[in-house]
Amino acid sequence: MSLGMVFAILGAALSTALAGIGSAWGVGIAGQAAAGVVSEDPEQFAKVLLLQLLPGTQGIYGLLVTFITLSRIGILGGTQITDTHTGLMYLFACLPIAVVGLVSAYHQGRTSVSCIGLVAKKPDQFGKAMLFPAMVETYAILSLLVSILAITNIK
Amino acid sequence: MGDLDYIYAVARIRVKEKSLLNDTDISQMAGMQDDKSVLSYLEDKGWGDSSSSGDAEKVLLAEEKKTLELMKELKLDLSALELLSYPNLYHNLKAGIKEHCTSETNEQAFYPHEKYNREEILRILQDQDYKALPAHMRDAAERALSVMLETRDGQKCDVIIDRACLDAMSAAGKKQKNRLLRDYVESTVAVTDIKIAVRSLKTGKSAAFLKEALCPCDLLDVRLLAVAAAEHEESLHTFLETHGFREASEALKESPSAFERWCDNRLIETIRPQKTNSVSMGPIIAFYLAKLNEIKTVRIILTAKANGFSEEETRQRVREMYV
Repeated sequence: MSLGMVFAILGAALSTALAGIGSAWGVGIAGQAAAGVVSEDPEQFAKVLLLQLLPGTQGIYGLLVTFITLSRIGILGGTQITDTHTGLMYLFACLPIAVVGLVSAYHQGRTSVSCIGLVAKKPDQFGKAMLFPAMVETYAILSLLVSILAITNIK
Repeated sequence: MGDLDYIYAVARIRVKEKSLLNDTDISQMAGMQDDKSVLSYLEDKGWGDSSSSGDAEKVLLAEEKKTLELMKELKLDLSALELLSYPNLYHNLKAGIKEHCTSETNEQAFYPHEKYNREEILRILQDQDYKALPAHMRDAAERALSVMLETRDGQKCDVIIDRACLDAMSAAGKKQKNRLLRDYVESTVAVTDIKIAVRSLKTGKSAAFLKEALCPCDLLDVRLLAVAAAEHEESLHTFLETHGFREASEALKESPSAFERWCDNRLIETIRPQKTNSVSMGPIIAFYLAKLNEIKTVRIILTAKANGFSEEETRQRVREMYV
């Protein structure tokens, strides 16, 4: 296996690993807050579940980038990389979703915790409460787009 | 436990905060005809338990018990709970010494306490088994009992115990990692020092007495406070206005009950920022203190109504609520 392939696989692995770590952390703390609310007020289950799920999307974005990468470097399809230069391009193309996924999921998790607290006190403010963590999602989507555009344009 | 370990507990507290009485509830109760109407209003809101129906004191005790049980269920740091129980603990010691020395039984003078209840405090004083008390209470208990037995001076006994309580709270507060607890203890000590200074001024106590009674704290210079309170009322007002306690001075000029209300409101102001905190044990402690403030306010309203106070007189005595 060429050094280029090693770099490309490293990029694919980091996309899922880092974004997944961020999502696991975010969903985890939001889940603790959601459990606290439901233990006192079970009627809020659906609302707090949605808020808990929001930080989980970064993990899915990371997985998507990993699949696209693997399907272009000869693992799930495409052609094998033979030069280091191309391998490094794949690695750097994967970094936006890997890094931004990790950081944004962490912050989205904390925002979700605060918004679960908001729903706990004022269930009728659920619509507004959804918007705050959704704003953090913007940056995860931007990094996903950059990663996909970069990967699909590597010749 | 780290701050993030309290996420579940804080979320539960957020739901519980909805059941706290707000200023509208308090205003409504202050306007009611009598204590029975107030009690009925509270029971409709879920206060008390099956055994407390119709008995005001039992309803309040049941509410205190429920709150304490909730704190334990939420795994609130025990040292925090212990620190917040110091005033009740020292109060029990005071009541115990007086009962021991006068042989007048007054069970209602004691706060319920898991370990240091009336029987245990009286046993300790009877056997002079001071080692059975927490370390921070031993010296004060021995000195206060000795003073009471030798001089029968209840006021001197109270000064020794109150000062020991403030010293213990101050020392334990400084060791706390949680900022809210540190701030709350600092505010409590400062507000209590001001209360002592005000009472001493009204009873004409000397600067030497004040130096013995006041506990040093970071929010005010107790030496200057003692000097001001030993002089005359104007000096005390000047001290308060120039040391960040202008509202205390204004409340004092208004009436004694306005001043007492300021003391409690100041402590509620210390905990109010916790309403927007999502992590750490701060919101849980704030809820506990808010509940105690709520129970105290309800007790004031019930007493006022039972004694036929007017709506206006009752309103003057009620405290600000946390929510």
